[in-house]
Amino acid sequence: MLTPVLSAHWDEADSFSIDGYTRHRGYEALTKALATDPDALISLVKDSGLRGRGGAGFPTGMKWGFIPQGPEGQGAKPHYLVVNADESEPGTCKDVPFMLANPHALVEGVIIASYAIRANHAFIYIRGEVTHVVRRVQEAVQQAYAAGHLGKDIHGSGFDLELVVHAGAGAYICGEETALLDSLEGYRGQPRLRPPFPATHGLYACPTVVNNVESIASVPSIVLGGAEWFSSMGTEKSKGYTLYSLSGHVKKPGQYEAPLGITLRQLLDLAGGMREGRTLKFWTPGGSSTPLLTADHLDVPLDYEGVGEAGSMLGTKALQCFDDTTCVVRAVLRWTEFYAHESCGKCTPCREGTYWMVQILERMEGGTATEADIEILLDTCDNIFGRSFCALGDGATSPIVSGIKLFRDEFIQHINGGCPFDPVASTVFGGVKA
Amino acid sequence: MADQSTSLGMPATTVVPDGVAPLTDETRREAREIIARYPRSRSALLPMLHLVQSVQGYVSPAGIALCAEELELTKAEVGAVATFYTMYRRRPAGTYHVGVCTNTLCAVLGGDALFATAKEHLGIGNNETTADGTVSLEHIECNAACDYAPVVMVNWEFYDNQDPASLRSLLDGCQAGNPPAPTRGPSRLVSFKEMSRVLAGFNDGLGQEGVPAGPPSLVGLDIAKQRGDVAPSYPAASTSTEA
Ligand SMILES: Cc1cc2nc3c(=O)[nH]c(=O)nc-3n(C[C@H](O)[C@H](O)[C@H](O)COP(=O)(O)O)c2cc1C
Ligand code: SF4
Ligand code: FES
Repeated sequence: MLTPVLSAHWDEADSFSIDGYTRHRGYEALTKALATDPDALISLVKDSGLRGRGGAGFPTGMKWGFIPQGPEGQGAKPHYLVVNADESEPGTCKDVPFMLANPHALVEGVIIASYAIRANHAFIYIRGEVTHVVRRVQEAVQQAYAAGHLGKDIHGSGFDLELVVHAGAGAYICGEETALLDSLEGYRGQPRLRPPFPATHGLYACPTVVNNVESIASVPSIVLGGAEWFSSMGTEKSKGYTLYSLSGHVKKPGQYEAPLGITLRQLLDLAGGMREGRTLKFWTPGGSSTPLLTADHLDVPLDYEGVGEAGSMLGTKALQCFDDTTCVVRAVLRWTEFYAHESCGKCTPCREGTYWMVQILERMEGGTATEADIEILLDTCDNIFGRSFCALGDGATSPIVSGIKLFRDEFIQHINGGCPFDPVASTVFGGVKA
Repeated sequence: MADQSTSLGMPATTVVPDGVAPLTDETRREAREIIARYPRSRSALLPMLHLVQSVQGYVSPAGIALCAEELELTKAEVGAVATFYTMYRRRPAGTYHVGVCTNTLCAVLGGDALFATAKEHLGIGNNETTADGTVSLEHIECNAACDYAPVVMVNWEFYDNQDPASLRSLLDGCQAGNPPAPTRGPSRLVSFKEMSRVLAGFNDGLGQEGVPAGPPSLVGLDIAKQRGDVAPSYPAASTSTEA
């Protein structure tokens, strides 16, 4: 049921070092890739069915194929690979432990991907708030240079690659790929209008691939195992293995690497279920920007199609599970405060809308709201969703719309008598005895 | 350019406050080293601002001026960037900068209670620093460690699975200058300024210290091993590139 690939050796004391990595066939895929035609590598990744693990699930090989090649027009400009290691979507906690434990798989993936798209400069943009992760990746890059995997004429292939580790400075919006590029160029991280897309006009207006950490780190295994090996895991349209991050009121929160399409029921069975004496109330399939689900959705296959059909999104596979001690109004308010804080301010619906929704939800939590406020909330979401400049605005409406849809009675209860929940009961140290 | 007293949220004075180290020729040399890493100089701005914090503990007007000069930008352009990102401080951080995660998952699991504990124990509020300058406090957003909730960061190092008692002793350790080691990090907690150098891209060599993975990162792997679950093995003579 579980298929550890990326996480297979995290329990070894030196899993993060180049020795630990090469002991398990690390950098073998690089040798193989450098002896392969770059276009054949792009086809291989296309055939594997790998889809972006950063949230949207866009086919990775296809993205690489969009990069203009050849001596004319945009193709003639330098190409760039930028790894999105900004991981800040609430609930999402896979790339950070991955980079801590196995940074060389990321570095090897970067080299292969750069070779495939013909980039001679690559960047790993890591959120700034994880110092030890930055160190681990810095050291992995230094070790890779020392081993001749990076730099000029890598292993005599004629291929040159410089890899820079770049730390961000605290801004969720910089995970949005065009905001990330502006940030990497030294500007405020605000999203860009698309088109043009990064594939043609990305970093410094040059052809650029932006991929998530896990997407890129999956590439060496595809090169070694082949497309069929990779696509033997997963479901019809969602191929391969992936990291599911289980958190919240579960007995064993943590990282579970499994084929796409596993269900939350299966994962909870493995994790020993919810904490003693409590039941699952609501959960996010892929971070706070994906609509909430409930115990009715335990058997939804956790792949892109299955979660979509259930009315949500697979997103980052951040399975935040809350039990029946949790107040949904409080949860929704807190997420909304997050979006209001992180709104970059570029467009009015998101900047103003999130601010107003916080005010209304505060009234709701404090017991001074009216039933009309529920409609105002939904109306405001209507004016944000699809009308914002980037997907942050859409994401901000997810907890509110889904929360009201699933728990309208609880919102009304707050209006009629304030919050009925004791916040102590939901904590890990003051609540239910295990 | 005119020495304007900009109102970008930055104090207008260029006088270095008491106890704040001045920026030196060495700072300028390191700034140029950062610039040399990038195809275009302006990309160096974020790491340069981390470098300024590594000397002064915050982004001072002098630091903004240095970045502007080196990158041939206006101070207003640099200030506009510095104020956008939450990690750049307008006032000096404490030697130990404490962040309590109060995003939803941590908040519900105890982060709100921890933040209340920290405020009470230190006698300061959000975004304030203790009078002796040792500890500053803020509540932070999700730090990608939800499976270790509730989470506290000190100088952006992980202190996982905290409770009020462990947090109080962590804060006492910070105030006494001997904080415990992070749960996933080096064997000693570096200062805010030392940490900022790492973010500026100057490796401090501590990356080999500490655990590869904390217990929650390993639960799936442990369970897989107990069950005998493995991924399919690679085909023997893989012909992957022709697949
Ligand atoms: C507000 C916002 C935040 C995002 N944060 C991240 C992030 O932290 N990491 C990430 O890989 N993708 C993030 N994304 C998605 C990226 O825009 C982009 O789709 C992704 O990096 C592409 O990589 P992939 O195709 O490998 O998934 C975010 C998107 C939005 C709208
Ligand atoms: S939707 Fe929000 S984050 Fe996105 S551009 Fe508009 S204001 Fe900025
Ligand atoms: S909510 Fe606190 S680390 Fe994610």
